[in-house]
Amino acid sequence: MSSRLAVNKTYKQFIGGAFERSESGRSYPVVGADGQLLAHAVQGSRKDVRDAVAAARSAQGGWAGRTAYNRGQILYRVAEVMESRRAEFCAEVLRAGDGGTEEAAAEVAAAIDRWVWYAGWADKFATVLGGANPVAGPYFNLSVPEPVGVAGIVAPDEPPLLPLVSRLAPVIVSGNTAVVLASEQCPLVAITLAETLALSDVPAGVVNICTGRRHELVPPLAAHVGVDSVDVTGCAPELAADAARQAAATITRVVSASAAERQWADESAHSPYLIDAFCETKTVWHPKGR
Amino acid sequence: MTDRSTTGHEVAPIGDFSLEYASAPESTAPVRVASQYGLFVGGEMVESASGRLAPTVNPATGEALAEVSVADAADVDRAVAAARTAWEGGWRDLPGAERAKYLYRVARLLQERAREFAILETMDGGKPIRESRDLDIPLAAAHFFHYAGWADKLDYAFSGRRASPLGVAAQVIPWNFPLLMAAWKLAPALACGNTVVLKPAPTTPLTALLLADVLQDAELPPGVVNIVTGDDAAGAALVAHPGVDKVAFTGSTEVGRAIAAGVAGTGKRLTLELGGKAANIVFDDAALDQVTEGIVNGIYFNGGQVCCAGSRLLVQETVADTVVGKLQRRMDTLRVGDPLDKNTDIGAINSQAQLNRIQELVASGVAEGAELYTPQCTLPERGFFHPPALFTNVSTAHRIAQEEIFGPVLSVLTFRTAEEAVAKANNTPYGLSAGIWTEKGSRILWMADRMQAGVVWANTFNRFDPASPFGGYRESGYGREGGRAGLLPYVELVA
Repeated sequence: MSSRLAVNKTYKQFIGGAFERSESGRSYPVVGADGQLLAHAVQGSRKDVRDAVAAARSAQGGWAGRTAYNRGQILYRVAEVMESRRAEFCAEVLRAGDGGTEEAAAEVAAAIDRWVWYAGWADKFATVLGGANPVAGPYFNLSVPEPVGVAGIVAPDEPPLLPLVSRLAPVIVSGNTAVVLASEQCPLVAITLAETLALSDVPAGVVNICTGRRHELVPPLAAHVGVDSVDVTGCAPELAADAARQAAATITRVVSASAAERQWADESAHSPYLIDAFCETKTVWHPKGR
Repeated sequence: MTDRSTTGHEVAPIGDFSLEYASAPESTAPVRVASQYGLFVGGEMVESASGRLAPTVNPATGEALAEVSVADAADVDRAVAAARTAWEGGWRDLPGAERAKYLYRVARLLQERAREFAILETMDGGKPIRESRDLDIPLAAAHFFHYAGWADKLDYAFSGRRASPLGVAAQVIPWNFPLLMAAWKLAPALACGNTVVLKPAPTTPLTALLLADVLQDAELPPGVVNIVTGDDAAGAALVAHPGVDKVAFTGSTEVGRAIAAGVAGTGKRLTLELGGKAANIVFDDAALDQVTEGIVNGIYFNGGQVCCAGSRLLVQETVADTVVGKLQRRMDTLRVGDPLDKNTDIGAINSQAQLNRIQELVASGVAEGAELYTPQCTLPERGFFHPPALFTNVSTAHRIAQEEIFGPVLSVLTFRTAEEAVAKANNTPYGLSAGIWTEKGSRILWMADRMQAGVVWANTFNRFDPASPFGGYRESGYGREGGRAGLLPYVELVA
């Protein structure tokens, strides 16, 4: 038996680039597959969600204003830093779920590669998704995809890492900022991801991660006027329907992963059309003439 | 991309003071130049078969920097064989995501060693350190980064078809942007799954050879990229080699014609990026101070040794005198000299041969009756230098209005109507780029529709980006480099 006592990590929410407890002061126990206590996660409140939306809102203009090349390099940097902390992610995934070491390693590798894949889209999706429209008149007419703004993302429960990355990367690559509700069951790896993001030149507020009870946090997230699009992939059908009703009041877009996109380890889980799902199409007209 | 224009401070006496610029020389300490260089074949540096060497000269001093191998047909043979082996031995079957990772590594290594590359580029080629530092090297890294991202997304680039690599690509590049041209050629070729034999220009081989170092550090499989240095004969042997599936050439229209003729009937794919004689068209409503900076950037960037340089200024008659006056005042503040000095605007001309060509064409302009303006400036005693030059009273028939000078020489012509500007702009066999300066958006687009040019810049000039296709119409060549269009020359589209 080792004589040294381990120093345990406190898992906090990630809001506006800072790691914070809930203003409500609440927490809830998170247990591993074997029933052992792993940590007490923050049980975030609707006020925390509002703070996170405010942080995302204020970061959005600056993030979208970065060049596509810069955003691509930052997403690639996330992959670089995750790669260097692979062991930590593997251990985190392993103790959260009931899979073995190999499955955990495969999930972490796939999550890293997914960041690399989306990094490459930063300066390409507009080429692939936008373009010139040959209108019947002397006009220049161009359609470009633009980020919708702030996205709420309800992360699926398991596996704990890959689905989160699969839903988050296509949202922020175009210039959106995000408020993520981490998996209720396995929130810890999301916070470890937040630590990685904080080290990867991702500006504060671009990604905000709340932990807590979905039934409590999803409705205020979906209803918030500062949220432009909400991904309810992690919601059970009833909660997803409730979120959609909340979203309707402010015409917030509601997105949910298709069956193919839920094959998390497959190529079908990533797509430029997922980037498009969190973009608006803007079309510019300009006359031509001497 | 940073703004290359300089805000010129007049060197004017104030009382007893004279506001001269202190020199700000870049140190060459980060650079190690070997005395001799071999060829990069099959993942290692090897001696050429003949053992022949030729010096590469620092054009700012006229002194040799190093001796570089001169490849012959046997060396080319070996390099093509290495590329073939690497292609069939795994590179063509490697998943796109893995090819991407190699290219990302190259991009990152170039970024890490950017300063070293920039200094070496300036030493070997003579361009101002400000340009190699702020444009050539960062943009080269950006090209690798951009095409890394395409390597695993080819299915989205060509919907409805599968992109299949061609095989071995022979790539011959020029001396005006040595590393950047290597990046433009290598990145899309590798992203699409081809292997490469690259032939740098005889006067600027050193950054390509340093790139070999980077490729080794990136653990790129041996033979995926091979670099053979040498003279024009080496280039000719490479493009004529039967083991080559694809030829890509950037250089003069004259050599491009010969390559096209040689490739004819062989089934090899060919893309050419050749000469230009771009018109920079200024309308009377343009923001004339901005125009002045744009014209200076268009023609004096890299000493005008740029295929897309705005070497013909077409200015609307009513503002011609004003624009020429502003230009002359601006030219007076350009600093010509040591390329390693961070203040330098115009560095050395790349070689004695190129300087001779520029001087010959300038003499022809004077002889044909055009009026020459050059600012008073002292040129360094050693090395190859040419002052910025401007010709007025130029007719469209003059050689300086027709031939590519590839030097810091601007020919000014005038026009009255937009139709006349179009006619004059298109009145060359070339069609690489064009510039339009007007505050009226509809006119920009009307003009752009009528330009016989692959790139049209409006109210800016000489902008480059990995995401933006570049290449010419007509005798400026065919094929595009950059963006999605830049993938097409390196793939076969199959059902």
